[in-house]
Amino acid sequence: MSVRVGVLVFPGSNCEQDVVWAVEHLGAQAELLWHGDGSVSGVDAVVVPGGFAHGDYLRPGAIARFSPVMEAVTEFARGGGPVVGICNGFQVLTEAGLLPGALQKNAGLKFLCAPAVLEVVTTRSVLTGDATVGQRLSVPVNHFEGNYTCDDRTLASLRDDDCIVLRYVDNPNGSVDDIAGICNREGNVVGLMPHPERAVDELLGSADGRVLLGSLLSAAGTSVTA
Amino acid sequence: MSEPVHRALGLTDDEAAEIESILGREPNHLELAMYAVMWSEHCSYKSSRIHLKRLPTEAPWVLVGPGENAGVIDVGDGIAAAIRIESHNHPSAIEPYQGAATGAGGILRDIFTMGARPIALMDPLRFGPLDDPRSRWIAEGVVSGISGYGNSVGVPTVGGETVFDATYTGNPLVNVLCLGLLPADRLVLGAATGEGNLAVLLGSTTGRDGIGGVSVLASAGFGDEDADAEKRPSVQVGDPFEEKRLIEACLALLDAGLVVGIQDLGGAGLTCATSETASRGHAGMDVDVAAVPRREPGMEAFEVMTSESQERMLAIVEPGSLDEVLEICDRWEVRASVVGTVTAGPDRSDGGRLRIVDPDGTLGDAGVLADIPAASLHDAAPLYDRPQRPPEGFDLDARIGPSSGEVPESNDPGADLVAMLCDTSWVWRQYDHQLFVNTVVGPGADATLLRLRDPLSGADTGRGLALTTDGNHRWCAVDPRVGTALVVAEAMANLACVGAHALALVNCLNFGNPEHPEVMWQLSEAIDGMADACEAFGIPVVGGNVSLYNESQGTDIDPSPVVGLLGMVDELVRRPPGPRLVAGGRLVVIGPPPQRELAGSRFAYDRGHRGGGLPALDFGLHAEVARTVAGLVNSGLLAGVHDVAEGGVGLALAEMAVHSGEGFSAARIDDAVDLFSEAPSRIVVCVEPEQLTTVLNVCESAGVPTTRIGVAGGDRLMVKGLVDVALEEATVAWRDRLPNALGHGTTQG
Repeated sequence: MSVRVGVLVFPGSNCEQDVVWAVEHLGAQAELLWHGDGSVSGVDAVVVPGGFAHGDYLRPGAIARFSPVMEAVTEFARGGGPVVGICNGFQVLTEAGLLPGALQKNAGLKFLCAPAVLEVVTTRSVLTGDATVGQRLSVPVNHFEGNYTCDDRTLASLRDDDCIVLRYVDNPNGSVDDIAGICNREGNVVGLMPHPERAVDELLGSADGRVLLGSLLSAAGTSVTA
Repeated sequence: MSEPVHRALGLTDDEAAEIESILGREPNHLELAMYAVMWSEHCSYKSSRIHLKRLPTEAPWVLVGPGENAGVIDVGDGIAAAIRIESHNHPSAIEPYQGAATGAGGILRDIFTMGARPIALMDPLRFGPLDDPRSRWIAEGVVSGISGYGNSVGVPTVGGETVFDATYTGNPLVNVLCLGLLPADRLVLGAATGEGNLAVLLGSTTGRDGIGGVSVLASAGFGDEDADAEKRPSVQVGDPFEEKRLIEACLALLDAGLVVGIQDLGGAGLTCATSETASRGHAGMDVDVAAVPRREPGMEAFEVMTSESQERMLAIVEPGSLDEVLEICDRWEVRASVVGTVTAGPDRSDGGRLRIVDPDGTLGDAGVLADIPAASLHDAAPLYDRPQRPPEGFDLDARIGPSSGEVPESNDPGADLVAMLCDTSWVWRQYDHQLFVNTVVGPGADATLLRLRDPLSGADTGRGLALTTDGNHRWCAVDPRVGTALVVAEAMANLACVGAHALALVNCLNFGNPEHPEVMWQLSEAIDGMADACEAFGIPVVGGNVSLYNESQGTDIDPSPVVGLLGMVDELVRRPPGPRLVAGGRLVVIGPPPQRELAGSRFAYDRGHRGGGLPALDFGLHAEVARTVAGLVNSGLLAGVHDVAEGGVGLALAEMAVHSGEGFSAARIDDAVDLFSEAPSRIVVCVEPEQLTTVLNVCESAGVPTTRIGVAGGDRLMVKGLVDVALEEATVAWRDRLPNALGHGTTQG
C-alpha cells in the first residue's frame, strides 16, 4: 500500500499543491487537510507547507497554531507520526510548541528567494534517514522570516541531543549556528526553512530535495508497517 | 467664482454638455462623478482608441482579444492562457510600496476574472537614475511592494526588467504583467445576464481610499512635490491575504459553476464593474448603494460608487445559487453581500439603465440617486483624434531625426563596457519566483521559461510557456515607429534564447502628455511600428494598456512602449543553456553582419547623442534567425546563448562572462561602433568545439549568416585592440552596482 501524506491548508497557505506534486512525483499519495477540520486520520505523515497562513498576521504561525487541525497534528506527533514543517510550516510548528526556538526576520531585512547549499548534520530525523551525514544538498530558500533563533540553553540541548538536522554552508539569513532545520528529540517532527519540494526535478535546477522527501516517505512507510 | 463641479472632477465643458444631452437633463453630482471616472483617460482610452484599432489582433489560437479583462489564447491540451499587462505608474510615484502592491493585486483580479488561476507575474520597472535619492526611494519602495504583495498572495514573480534612466526621474514606470491558466471550456466573461439575477459584491469593505484614482492620479502629470503629496490619499491600499482568499473563493465558485458572470473592481470601482457587466450582458442593473459594506461611517453615495478600495469582485449569480455561493465564501472567510439586481436590457424603452438607489436614505437622500444608460459610460465615452506633430527636424521620408553630430569617440571601451554591467538579482531575489514548481528559467535570463501543466490536474504537458517583457526608450526616442518594431523583434529574440516561438503579445504604452502633439505623434507612430512588426511576424496583439500623462515638471518621458510576449516551447526536455560561456567554447554571432550604426544605442545616448536613424530591421531574416536559434537551443547544441540588444555585442559578451565566471577573447570587432551598435537580429552563442560544424551547418542551411568572433575562457574580457578588462573587475562592478546604491540587504556576498 502506498504511503499517504496529509498536507495542511490554511487560508493563505500557498505551497500545498507543490508538496502534493512532489510527493506524488516520488510515488506516494497526497491529500489536502483543511485547517478547520480537526482530524488527520488516515494519513501516514503530515506536511505543514509554506505560504502565509492567516496572512502571517500578528506574526508567522501565531494564528495558525490555534486552528482545529493543529490539535490533531500535535496528537499525531506525540504518537510518533512523522511531521514536517516547511518554511511557514516550520514557523507554525515553533508557534505550536512542537519545536523549540523561533524564526525572526532575515538579518538583511529583505525577503530572499535564492538557492542555498545545505549540509546534512544528522540522519536520525524522519527527513534525513536516507541521506548521509555531511552530504551537501542544493535546495532553494524563500522567506522573509527565516532567521532561526533560540536561547543558549536550547541551542546547547539541540546540539547535545543531535537535533540540528540541516545547516547552511553559506548562511543566507543570520540563523544561529547556521541552522536551516531542526527536529524534536524523537526525530519525528522536523522543521526547515528551505523548500525540498522545489528541488525534486533536474529540469527546475536541482533534484537534491528528493533524498529529503524520500526519507520522509520511507519513515512514513515504516510507521505504517510498524 | 468657484470652478464648476465637472471641471473639478476632470471633465471638460464639452464632455459635460455631452452628458447633459445623453440624459436629457442636467446630471446630478453622483452622475457627474460616475461619468468623470468612466470617461477618464485611464478608463476610456479616449486619446488612444482611435489608434489602437490598427493593431492586428487575430490568429486561429486567439480565444479572446483586446477589450476584455485579459487576452486569452488556446495553448493546447484543453488549456487556455489568459494574459494581461497594466501600468501603475502614477500611484507608484506618489506612494511606491502601495502603488506597486496594488498594481499586482489589480492585475491578478483581471486574470481570475476570466476564470484563470494566476500562475506568474512579471514586473518591467523603470526608475530615475541611481544617484538621485528620490529615485532610489521609489525603487526600494516599489520592489518591496511587489515582494510584499506578490509573495504573500501566492503568485510567483518570474521576471521583468529593471531600468534606471534620467527620463524617469519623478515619473517611474511600474508595469505589471500576469499570466493565468484555465481549462479552455471554463472561460467566463464579465457579463451580467438574466433579468432578476443578483449582483454579489465579494471581498473587502469599501472605504475612502483611491477615490478618483483614475481621474485625479492616472490622467494627469506631476508638478511640484507638495501638490503630489496631497494626491497620496488617491492611492489605494492593498491586503494580499484578502486577495489570496478572494482568488481561492472565486475559483471555487467557478469550479462549482455557480456564477453567471464575474468582474473585478479596479479603476473606477463599483461604477465600472456594475456598468461594464450590465452593458456587456445587454442588460441594466439596480444597485443598492446602502447594501455595500462600508469601511467608515458618513460615506456619501458618490464615494461608495467611485472608491477604488482593493480586493473586491462582483459576481452575477442566479437567486437559487445564492446560498451555495455564500457557503463557499464563508469557508474562505470572504465577505459576500447582495448589492444589486440585473434588470431589463436596452431593448425595452425603459431598460438598460444603471440605477443607483438608496431606498431608506441610509447615506443621505432616499430613492433613486442616479439613473443613466449603463452603456453610455463606455460606448458614449469621448473619442479624440488629438493633433499630432513630429518633432522639429525629423525627416519622415528618411526616418532620420535631427542630427546631434557624430557620436563622440570612446577613450576606453573597456571602461564603458564595465559601466554598463548591472546585476538585477538585488531586485528579483526579493520575489518568490519558484512557487508552483514550474520555473525552469527564472528572472535574470533573456526570457522566463515555465513548464506547462494542466491547471486542474497538474499533469505535465511536456511543453513550456516562455515569457519576456521588453522596452527600449532610447530607440523609441530616436524613432518611435522603427524603435517599437525593434522592441518586438528583441522580445522574439529573447524567446528564441530559451527555445520558444511567439504566440501572442500584450503591450503597455507608456507615454507623456497626449495634449502635446509630439507625444500623440510618438504614440501613433509606436502603434504603427508595433503593427508592422506583429503583422510581419504573425503575432496577434491580445491586450494592452495605455498610460499617458507620464510627465514630470512639464517634461514628458521618452516614449516607452513595453511589450509582453508569450511563447511556446513545443518539447521541453532540457534546461536552456542561458547566457553562459564555457572554457574553450567557440563564440559565434548568428545573424547579419554588423550595421555600422550607433543611433539609439546606449553608447550614443550616454554621450548625449539622441538623433540619427535607427539600424534597419529585416523582418524575414529576423524571423529566420529566431527560428534557427530556438531550434539549436532545443537540440542541446549550444553551451551558451544571449541576444544582442542594449550595449551591443560588447555587452552581450560581457554579460555572458560575468554570469558564468569565464572570460573570453574576441576579434573581428573593429571599433567602438562594432562593439556597441545595437543593430537587430543578432544572437551570440557559445558552442563546444565538437558541435561547431553542426551549428554552422544548421545556420547555413537556414540561410542565416554567422560570424566566428573568438573563444571563451580565461580570466579576462578581451576584444582585440579594444577591450582588456579583468573578469574579477567586471564581476564586482556587475554584482555590486545595485547593492551599493540600494543597500546590501543580505548577508550573502
